[in-house]
Amino acid sequence: MTEAAYAYTTPTDALVAKFAGSVAIESHGQSVVHVDKSSLADVVEYLRVSEEFTMCLDVTAVDHLQDVERPQIDGIKRERFEVVVNLISHPRNIRIRLITQVPESDPSVPTLTSSFSGTSFPEREVYDMFGITFEGHPDLTRILMPDEWVGHPLRKDDAPARVPVTFKGDPGPR
Amino acid sequence: MSLTEEELTMQITGDSSRTDSGDDVAEDVAEQSVLAPELKRLSRQTGEGSQELRPLQEIVIAGGPWPELEGDGQTMIINMGPQHPSTHGVLRMMMELDGETVVRAKPVIGYLHTGMEKTGEELTYVQGATNVTRMDYVSPLSNELVFATAVEQLLDVEVPERAIWMRMMLVELNRISSHLLFQATNGMDMGAVNMMLYGWREREEVLRVLEIITGLRMNHNFIRPGGLAADLPDGWQEAVLGVCKQVEAGIADYDKLLTENPIWQSRTVGVGVITTEQCMALSITGPVLRSTGFPWDLRKTQPYLAYDQVDFDVIYTDNGDCYDRYRIRLFEVLESVKIVRQCVAKMPGGDYRVQDKKITPPPRARIDESMEALIHHFKLFTEGFRVPPGETYARIESPRGEIGCYLVSDGTGKPVRMHVRGPSFYNLQAISPMMEGRMVADAVAIISTCDPIMGEVDR
Repeated sequence: MTEAAYAYTTPTDALVAKFAGSVAIESHGQSVVHVDKSSLADVVEYLRVSEEFTMCLDVTAVDHLQDVERPQIDGIKRERFEVVVNLISHPRNIRIRLITQVPESDPSVPTLTSSFSGTSFPEREVYDMFGITFEGHPDLTRILMPDEWVGHPLRKDDAPARVPVTFKGDPGPR
Repeated sequence: MSLTEEELTMQITGDSSRTDSGDDVAEDVAEQSVLAPELKRLSRQTGEGSQELRPLQEIVIAGGPWPELEGDGQTMIINMGPQHPSTHGVLRMMMELDGETVVRAKPVIGYLHTGMEKTGEELTYVQGATNVTRMDYVSPLSNELVFATAVEQLLDVEVPERAIWMRMMLVELNRISSHLLFQATNGMDMGAVNMMLYGWREREEVLRVLEIITGLRMNHNFIRPGGLAADLPDGWQEAVLGVCKQVEAGIADYDKLLTENPIWQSRTVGVGVITTEQCMALSITGPVLRSTGFPWDLRKTQPYLAYDQVDFDVIYTDNGDCYDRYRIRLFEVLESVKIVRQCVAKMPGGDYRVQDKKITPPPRARIDESMEALIHHFKLFTEGFRVPPGETYARIESPRGEIGCYLVSDGTGKPVRMHVRGPSFYNLQAISPMMEGRMVADAVAIISTCDPIMGEVDR
């Protein structure tokens, strides 16, 4: 397929034109598009069907609760969580990264498993580590932590080693 | 089967009146005068009842035969792992079996989860390499390289030419050692136990060269943000070229031993087939993807380091079965040897790390004569350096596929988020479609040729 077959010169142009609320930026030479949470699944499906993005490489999330400095982007309201999706197009040999702001009050995004079934594991990992639910995921259970674990370890307010350790023969507070 | 365990016991022992526990019965037997005097004497001597003298027919065989399957969809769920010699660590496979056929299979992971991504948020960028190198412990230098690349992208520094070629040579040596480990363990999983010895033999030689260069056999912490930890030692050319020759001889041995071996072929040909479309949907990269006839190798298609300046071929095959995955890894070693030889021939001179005082510690000699250098050194290793705010995704081709590092900085000395896209984590998803409909004996071959490293899966 030649470049002329696509309606837009680059997939970022297409996303900005087609999906309201999308902002394209460049981060260290990589094309990044901030998309709205509600349209994330549609964006991924559009990229797969119309722009020949053949593989979803990675789904992950970031907790920005304690950021010292966070660059602002015009047109984007920064929320606590970000869900980051990396896609690659093998025929066109290009990559794109989608970033979605996810508020703390409603930590849920639509699942991408209907477009790429390989996002099943990473979505379970994000759910396990951040407590962000993926609506429509066929098997949204913990993947790395034990099933009965309370809390989501990669959240910034989930301190490591907060389980109290009892030392044998501990004399207690003096 | 409607018999209870008790009824089964009775049938086997052939005595329906014997329902007491074993010890009581034994004591009764010892007290009976009909026993031979020899037995009586022994039972008195031990003082613990007549346990050595328990009559033979008292040995109870519990359980009995498995209930017969009627063939009306009755299946059985068994666990393979997490403690199983061929699951390459602590992988647990839940398998639903109909007779010997796997109906469904589900990998269950998390047994090696040590929270390395959380740890990465607590460490400075200087310390970060020690953390990531322990993820994929079979190819630690790939992890270090992808982390260092991500930090360098955020810092916007370019490493010198010599550092690029040194990194390339080290990563390729590591690819050789990783694929040799695959050959060893894969052979053993299939019953070719001598492969374990041969594969380990050559791998140990490669690790010895890595030890000469980096100081450690594994978990090197040698590729650091800004360059490398040290320059190449004296005599490295001889060591590297020597091991190249040994590896080539070893690969010829394995080829002779396995490739045309009819037993090997009957275990692997046509087993665990996966298609390119399935790989695309399931985010599978590396040799598993290349075995389906899709020649995708980031070293060729999206070159990093100096891979566009060396001559090598991308190995790919068309069938997508276990045999092809074995062959790809076998011949990729030879391509890596080619790259290593070119690295030795073309190794440029110059500095092995970027001369940016913000990132690079002062030379050892300067610390003895300059107070400022000492303070600078101390500050760099206690506080680290600050990285401008931003986010980036670095990716390279590890021996198992695309390894990526998503790094987010907020301008401080520690990352906000350090996420590693481990190729094994995604490649594990291929096990279910490969296994379903196959015999349970093929499960071992399928897990083995996916080559998952659980340290990277669970992180």
